[in-house]
Amino acid sequence: MSTLKTEYDVIIVGGGATGAGTARDCALRGLRVLLIERFDLTAGATGRNHGLLHSGARYAVTDRESATECIRENMTLRRIARHCVEDTGGLFITLPEDDLNYQNTFIDACLAAGISAKEISPDEARRIEPAVNPSLIGAVKVPDGAIDPFRLTTANIIDATRHGAEILTYHEVTGFIRSGSAIKGVEIRNSRSGAMSKAFGNLVINAAGIWGHLLAKKAGVEVNMFPAKGSLLIFGHRVNNTVINRCRKPANADILVPGDTICLIGTTSDRVPFSEIDNMEVTPEEVAVLIGEGQKLAPSLATTRILRAYSGVRPLVADDNDPSGRSISRGIVCLDHSTRDGLDGLITITGGKLMTYRLMAEMASDMACRKLGIEGKSCVTAEQPLPGSNGKPDEPTATGRFHRKHIIDLPTEQLAAESRHGDMARSIEWTGSDSGALVCECEQVSVGEVDFAINKLHVHNLINLRRRTRLGMGTCQGHLCACRAAGLLEKADKCTSDALDDLSSFINERWKGMYPVAWGDTMSEIQMMAWMYEGVAGLTPDLTSEQQ
Amino acid sequence: MHNFENCTKCTVCTVYCPVSAVNPSYPGPKQAGPDGERLRLKKPRYFNEALKYCLNCKRCELACPSNVPIADIIQSARIRYTRSAPSLRDRMLAETDVVGRLATAVAPVVNTALRSPAIKAVLGATAGIAPQRTMPAYARERFTTWFRRNAEESQKQYPRQVTFFHGCYVNYNNPDLGRDLVAVFNAFGIGIRLMADEKCCGIAKIANRLTARASRDALINLESIRCAVAETGNPVVATGSTCTYTMRDEYPHLLGLDNADVRDNITLAVKFLYSLIESGEVTPVWRDDVSMRLAYHVPCHMQKLGWTYYTTSLMRMIPGVELTVLDADCCGMAGTYGFKKENYRYSSEIGRPLFDKLADLSPDMVVSDCETCKWQIEMSTPFKVENPVTILARTLDLEKTAARNRKNH
Repeated sequence: MSTLKTEYDVIIVGGGATGAGTARDCALRGLRVLLIERFDLTAGATGRNHGLLHSGARYAVTDRESATECIRENMTLRRIARHCVEDTGGLFITLPEDDLNYQNTFIDACLAAGISAKEISPDEARRIEPAVNPSLIGAVKVPDGAIDPFRLTTANIIDATRHGAEILTYHEVTGFIRSGSAIKGVEIRNSRSGAMSKAFGNLVINAAGIWGHLLAKKAGVEVNMFPAKGSLLIFGHRVNNTVINRCRKPANADILVPGDTICLIGTTSDRVPFSEIDNMEVTPEEVAVLIGEGQKLAPSLATTRILRAYSGVRPLVADDNDPSGRSISRGIVCLDHSTRDGLDGLITITGGKLMTYRLMAEMASDMACRKLGIEGKSCVTAEQPLPGSNGKPDEPTATGRFHRKHIIDLPTEQLAAESRHGDMARSIEWTGSDSGALVCECEQVSVGEVDFAINKLHVHNLINLRRRTRLGMGTCQGHLCACRAAGLLEKADKCTSDALDDLSSFINERWKGMYPVAWGDTMSEIQMMAWMYEGVAGLTPDLTSEQQ
Repeated sequence: MHNFENCTKCTVCTVYCPVSAVNPSYPGPKQAGPDGERLRLKKPRYFNEALKYCLNCKRCELACPSNVPIADIIQSARIRYTRSAPSLRDRMLAETDVVGRLATAVAPVVNTALRSPAIKAVLGATAGIAPQRTMPAYARERFTTWFRRNAEESQKQYPRQVTFFHGCYVNYNNPDLGRDLVAVFNAFGIGIRLMADEKCCGIAKIANRLTARASRDALINLESIRCAVAETGNPVVATGSTCTYTMRDEYPHLLGLDNADVRDNITLAVKFLYSLIESGEVTPVWRDDVSMRLAYHVPCHMQKLGWTYYTTSLMRMIPGVELTVLDADCCGMAGTYGFKKENYRYSSEIGRPLFDKLADLSPDMVVSDCETCKWQIEMSTPFKVENPVTILARTLDLEKTAARNRKNH
């Protein structure tokens, strides 16, 4: 059993938005940070939600506290994470079957929570968003937007490492090192090789989302969470350019979000046992609900290709046995296990939502500093932009070319790279002989961008690469780009496993999301993919790939 | 909106794209079409100016196994998203009707000028017309003028009447083809009439993004076609495959005009004649002194129409004609495309395989249903190109055919 050399101030467990945000916050305050993630960054609930930059309006009527937190963080994220945010605006629409009186209650609650909510006419709503159900009878405009959770998490990780944090992905915490009633470190298992190691730290922060329930158990304390599964569908292109919500009490499948090149409808909400959280499947009933309700928001969804279905688990902290999980507050829970359970050296940060990840990180980091006796280090994450969001918006970049006297637009792959990495795109190579060549055609990911991701963004395999660049997230779901990207990874000597195994698990992971919606064009695409990879490339089907 | 989601990304369209084969700055039909449309829906800024290199040959659509209207998507995107207004050069090239009317009035002067190296150099430097090109010569007398003076009256003797959409090319550049058509139809006992009001089909305007002007003309054409079909009970025939294709398919797909009621009655003269002969309604009597080796070049839009068979079958009926159908390569001209300075190189490279095949074959004459293919082949090879209707006029024994078909009546 090897031991990591360094001793840390904080060891953060969980590579989602909260863990990454906490790592950044602590590192910015000068703490020695180690972040441990069992699989890949954003592999859990962070990468499995709407990507909605909530205005808070959704919670205004039922949960004032969450609504207030949302609108505050909404405004903060627009500043600090500009390259992860798209200001789409949002509509809350009332359909003939809904109660129009609710609209006034809704607007009042929004205004009370500090959310700008403006009633507009159905005509105006149809003009703003031509895809909206034309039979709407009322509409309210709110400052919703879209946020890319993959980029957001990656940017936090990059800033954390810039300030000295160490990141261990594909490492699982298997146990705690104790000394009396205090936790002194963690035992770690390399998820791939199985090798064991130890890391010592003054404080462990449990930011493992729903898995934090299991982690707390390993430390001998109980955090009573329950997993609420939410499923979503991704459509092939943007049907809408404005977020469309139903103006009623939060229910199933009532948010349609445009996200990058696609749009998504969600979610469902069902309690699932802990035995299912590592391998969730979207059921036909959930798909039916999502399609049925989705069409009420935007009728053209009925004829739009569905790329895939997926589900995430909300880490809700339970204080009763509400089966839907919806009436429970989405509020942030930050537990000091020393005062709560008499166990020193452990904090749990949970509850909350993607929108409030930064606030959660701030609360956990504040508590960590207090416990470690560090003074005079205040949180700066609400002011300091994330890597990628520096510089003025729309400023011509280093890659910009001049033609005659006019600035001409960049080629689409450079535009796409800038939209994904913000000012970090400046370090992407465009002048090499192959660097402008496309790897992923649907999402316009070039060889240069793949190389950048491999070198700078913690990429060890194809699935990591997908989450960092959108490679394989487009219409063809990786059938054209997976083999090209596998070649580049192999060339960069970054394949921690055999390239063929990696390709196989990537393709199978794509297939998992396509399976619940395998009809029509999606079915043709799958056939094409199977024909290429099984028929031409001789890749054998392996449906037992591990979750990554 | 055009449906682009049937695309399974098989990329066969790009394999068949003549532009992708020669021009690396063109993203290819898959990326310019269905892939690009998805990005443009995200943000119009993702529109790529390189889409101007699309020939609109529709070969991608023919290759597509999933029925994606790829070329329509590309042309619509050019029309919708191009940031600059069409240039003066593009407007001049697109206004085939106006320019043709002016030029025929002073044809000798214009023709001499267009052939002069000095004028070509000036046009190249100032207007962006490829100096290697020679603009097609204008006729001294328009087809319509000739028809009204010399033929209109005599057409009334025929019990059956067919309306002729002559197009700009027959009217301003090659009235002989129009005369050939009148002679052939008359020999079969059919009279020819003109449309009440005919405008340019609009393809040059569509290609140069002048869609408002194209739509205005298209509406006039469609109205005239409706009247013609109602009055004669016969379709409207044309000699050019591109005019025909434009009025049938580009009107609804690119201009958004509903022509469903008359689409089936817009046809090519060769197709109409073939069906008359095949059904026995008319009988051709051929000359007995014909001996010709013909090469048939399939125009892109002819292939898209799926009508190649009608021309080749008609040509094969002619005793003494040895017909070779060339593998369908695009000639590279694509209407006004090949005249533009920035496209000249690609236009010639696209046509190269065709020119090489013709050089190997060395036919007596090339047959093609498209006038711009004719210009390209005549400018790039030593061979003369004629429309199949002209070939018919030269190989039919017009008097005996007329006599035979009078008897039939």
